Amino acid sequence: MLKTVVLHNVLMETVIRRRRSDSVKMAAGQQWVLVEMVQAFYEAPAYHLILEGILILWIIRLLFSKTYKLQERSDLTEKEKEELIEEWQPEPLVPLVPKDHPSLNYDVVTGPPSHRIIVNGKECINFASFNFLGLLDSERVKLKALSSLKKYGVGTCGPRGFYGTFDVHLELEERLAKFMRTEEAIIYSYGFATIASAIPAYSKRGDIVFVDEAACFSIQKGLQASRSFVKYFKHNDMEDLERLLKEQEIEDQKNPRKARVIRRFIVVEGLYINAADICPLPELVKLKYKYKVRIFLEESMSFGVLGEYGRGVTEHFGVNIDDIDLISANMENALASIGGFCCGRSFVIDHQRLSGQGYCFSASLPPMLASAAIEALNIMEEDPGIFRVLQDKCKHMHKALQGTPGLKTVGEPLTPALHLLLENSTGSRTNDLKLLRAIVDYSLDRQIALTLARYLDKEERFLPPPSIRVVVTVEQTQEEMEKAAQCIREAAVKILK
Amino acid sequence: NMIRTDEHSCNGTLKCHSDQKQQESNSLKNGYHRKEKVQKNDKGDCFHQPRVRGEDSFEEAPMYVAVLTYMNYGIVILFGYFRDFLRAVGLEKCHQAQEREEQRNFVPLYQDFENFYKRNLYTRVRDNWNRPICSFPGPFFDIMERVSDDYNWTFRLTGRTIENVINMGSYNYLGFAENNVDFLKTVAEETRQYGVGVCSTRQELGNLSIHEKLERLVAEFLGVESAMAFGMGFATNSMNIPALVGKGCLILSDELNHTSLILGARLSGATIRVFKHNNMQSLEKMLKESICSGQPRTHRAWKKILIMVEGIHSMEGSLVRLPEILALKKKYKAYLYLDEAHSIGAVGPTGRGVTEHFGVDPNEVDVLMGTFTKSFGAAGGYIAGKKELVDYLRSHSHSAVYATAMSPPVVEQIIRAIKCIMGVDGTTEGQRRVRQLAENTRYLRSRLKKMGFIIYGNQDSPVVPLLLYLPGKVGAFSRAMLKRKIGIVVVGFPATPITEARARFCVSAAHTREMLDKVLQSLDELGDDIKVKFSRHRSSYRPELYDETDFELDS
Repeated sequence: MLKTVVLHNVLMETVIRRRRSDSVKMAAGQQWVLVEMVQAFYEAPAYHLILEGILILWIIRLLFSKTYKLQERSDLTEKEKEELIEEWQPEPLVPLVPKDHPSLNYDVVTGPPSHRIIVNGKECINFASFNFLGLLDSERVKLKALSSLKKYGVGTCGPRGFYGTFDVHLELEERLAKFMRTEEAIIYSYGFATIASAIPAYSKRGDIVFVDEAACFSIQKGLQASRSFVKYFKHNDMEDLERLLKEQEIEDQKNPRKARVIRRFIVVEGLYINAADICPLPELVKLKYKYKVRIFLEESMSFGVLGEYGRGVTEHFGVNIDDIDLISANMENALASIGGFCCGRSFVIDHQRLSGQGYCFSASLPPMLASAAIEALNIMEEDPGIFRVLQDKCKHMHKALQGTPGLKTVGEPLTPALHLLLENSTGSRTNDLKLLRAIVDYSLDRQIALTLARYLDKEERFLPPPSIRVVVTVEQTQEEMEKAAQCIREAAVKILK
Repeated sequence: NMIRTDEHSCNGTLKCHSDQKQQESNSLKNGYHRKEKVQKNDKGDCFHQPRVRGEDSFEEAPMYVAVLTYMNYGIVILFGYFRDFLRAVGLEKCHQAQEREEQRNFVPLYQDFENFYKRNLYTRVRDNWNRPICSFPGPFFDIMERVSDDYNWTFRLTGRTIENVINMGSYNYLGFAENNVDFLKTVAEETRQYGVGVCSTRQELGNLSIHEKLERLVAEFLGVESAMAFGMGFATNSMNIPALVGKGCLILSDELNHTSLILGARLSGATIRVFKHNNMQSLEKMLKESICSGQPRTHRAWKKILIMVEGIHSMEGSLVRLPEILALKKKYKAYLYLDEAHSIGAVGPTGRGVTEHFGVDPNEVDVLMGTFTKSFGAAGGYIAGKKELVDYLRSHSHSAVYATAMSPPVVEQIIRAIKCIMGVDGTTEGQRRVRQLAENTRYLRSRLKKMGFIIYGNQDSPVVPLLLYLPGKVGAFSRAMLKRKIGIVVVGFPATPITEARARFCVSAAHTREMLDKVLQSLDELGDDIKVKFSRHRSSYRPELYDETDFELDS
């Protein structure tokens, strides 16, 4: 405190003196200032010089004196310290999980999780895996993976930078970029890590991210890692988003210098995994240019699903893909492999090759999985009719599930992963989950494999309501879908009386 | 000479620790400091098999090297500014991708300095990283030749391959990166049966019986109650640490911990404090002070304290001081998170990692973490320990709830590798590889030291960093090695401290003595050529008198 006061005094004094001399010889050039200062020094009265001398000494003393910190003053003796250490009892590393905890006992799948799936020993039709295009079971994909295995083995034993870049990685990146019609694509070895690494590569402390409340968990983790300032807008509510953008605009006008360095992003999902609906992309693009905000779009659910050629939500709306700054998606749903990718302009994407943490510091994708993804892309490109089939089946399933007593179907007709919610909640999440689980079990007994949508209750920013996931794939026949809808209806009638 | 060697005769109970004598003698000789710090511990018998830890050496470079390194950076940075000036006035063409015309009035996406480093420093040596390969990363690999027509801004594949390059860069410690059809038979079968994906999470419908089989095997291999496997090593850390600690908890993290550990710690919301690398005094001081003063501001007692360390450090090659840390953790009631990414399979008489290396019971470590990427030639990671721990993770791990489960063929590769190491496949191949790796490691390390290179780390660590210091030598070294058909990894700032750029070799059980000899011979010549034999600790170097039996392990 004292230090600043003294410094302040000295500064004030210099300023005052400068002003005085300025007023005396305003017209003189800058070179006179020094001369004047020397002159002023001679002209100054002795008491003034002494006072300033004392002040300077005082400052030097303050600068070199030991800083006085309250926290460091620990008067504890060694013995007291030992006692404190002795007394301290930590909590157990992890709390005990009750044996009947709903998420402790997993359903066990024996054999491949394909169209026909064996869950807990019961053979069922799969309505739960995100195998939208049925590529998990594709012989062609398997054969490609096998030939890749024969050449490369399994692991890459290194990150991309250190001999973990294989020719198949380069090929897959090129193919993805071509498929999405963007300049560049970058692949990650884990779907979850893709957007979670991409966001903090660009958005840093002090930047602002506008996020939809329904954003999935990996987006939330990416935001947390970025340490940026996060503003949530109501799900798919463009007015609410614009309100936030306007607020920010007013804030910027107050401090335009700061505003010039704050990056802003809108992070949305193409097709929300938690809400099963599509983002209003054209409006978002309008807002983007109006408020100069960049858009990051997460398309894990919409890639290979929406659009005439499966390019996702940009194609669905006919939005120019270059208007989206970054698109990220995983290769674990429609492509039925492992990993994820980001695509966009090279100006944006290339940055991740040095700054994407999940890219730089992790071993690269096993080549056989990359090869499988390439073959899956081949199939998608050769037979774009598949997307139409999927979309028709989605609409059919959506319709078939309408009017299930006690259950609400959440999601748009084009969504391949719907949610079934309880119409009337019991008021407790645990009981709701139990009821829904009973419906899942009922269906499992009747050859329909469903699953609850799982969340970490305490970690989610906005916890979605409990629901059953119903996934549509191209492999499901009309009859199977009817059967599933019928089965769910029966279960609902029986269990939700 | 300025040499720092820490020798530990055995375990360190805390009593031993405080009794230790430190001898420090500083003398000026030829203008250099000589500093030797020897820690002597009394013999204690708190651990089952006291074991010689071996030496961790971190010889410091001569002063002139540090001066030259800073000068080197200074010159490159000055040139960078000069060239940026040329680019600004349009005398030099700018090759960097540019912002779209429509978005020029947006806030710039990148800050200037980040790009300055990339544009003016990294680009000069960019060809030494991301070299694409087109074979499996075994003891040899084939590198796809690239050329740049615009001074490293872009690369063009020529279509030629540089064949049979000796691979000193991949983390293929036990040689399980292989494409032998017989070895991969089961993996191929699983691929045929399952395909490659899972399309669901573990908690939904992606929990395959082979995942559970793998987890039982991992637990058995490690000698603990239970284990859980995850699809990515990096994410194993970053997505599970937040499940273990949170607000009101304290994480004591080694200063050189891997990014994934740091990210996990940051995401957890716990308070993070950093202790000096492998420095027990620093750790103990921090433990003591933290417990005594409690949480900042409120001074409430900490909920729990988690110590996070790595078994073998991937850039330093150092080995964790496990017995000492265990003693400290017990004394201060902290928990220990041990990341064995580079040590599982790679050390210990039967490849079970640092716990086995030191002869401590793996159950004493609270959280055993490791990856399948390295020694097992697959992908993913695991967390193992008490059943309560793993049960908790099964229900609360971010990865189990939100990430797609592991690919079945990858799972099978891990199972096959672990079975091989454990010998349950009916062969001794796994154990042969573990021994071979240990032999190769000692051989390469001691020969390099004798040649006069500064080599960091522990004698048993298959991660062998060779210090180059000057950024100018980094590129030259790597290129010259590639010319001799040896693929190495070089790293510099920001992955290492600014003055400690280095080359790193990863020894593999698949390396034969001939390969290592070829590497050593090339290194020897090159070390003289570009003058990177900085060690002043050189013992007599007479390769012809070399006694090979020295490197046979006694165990």
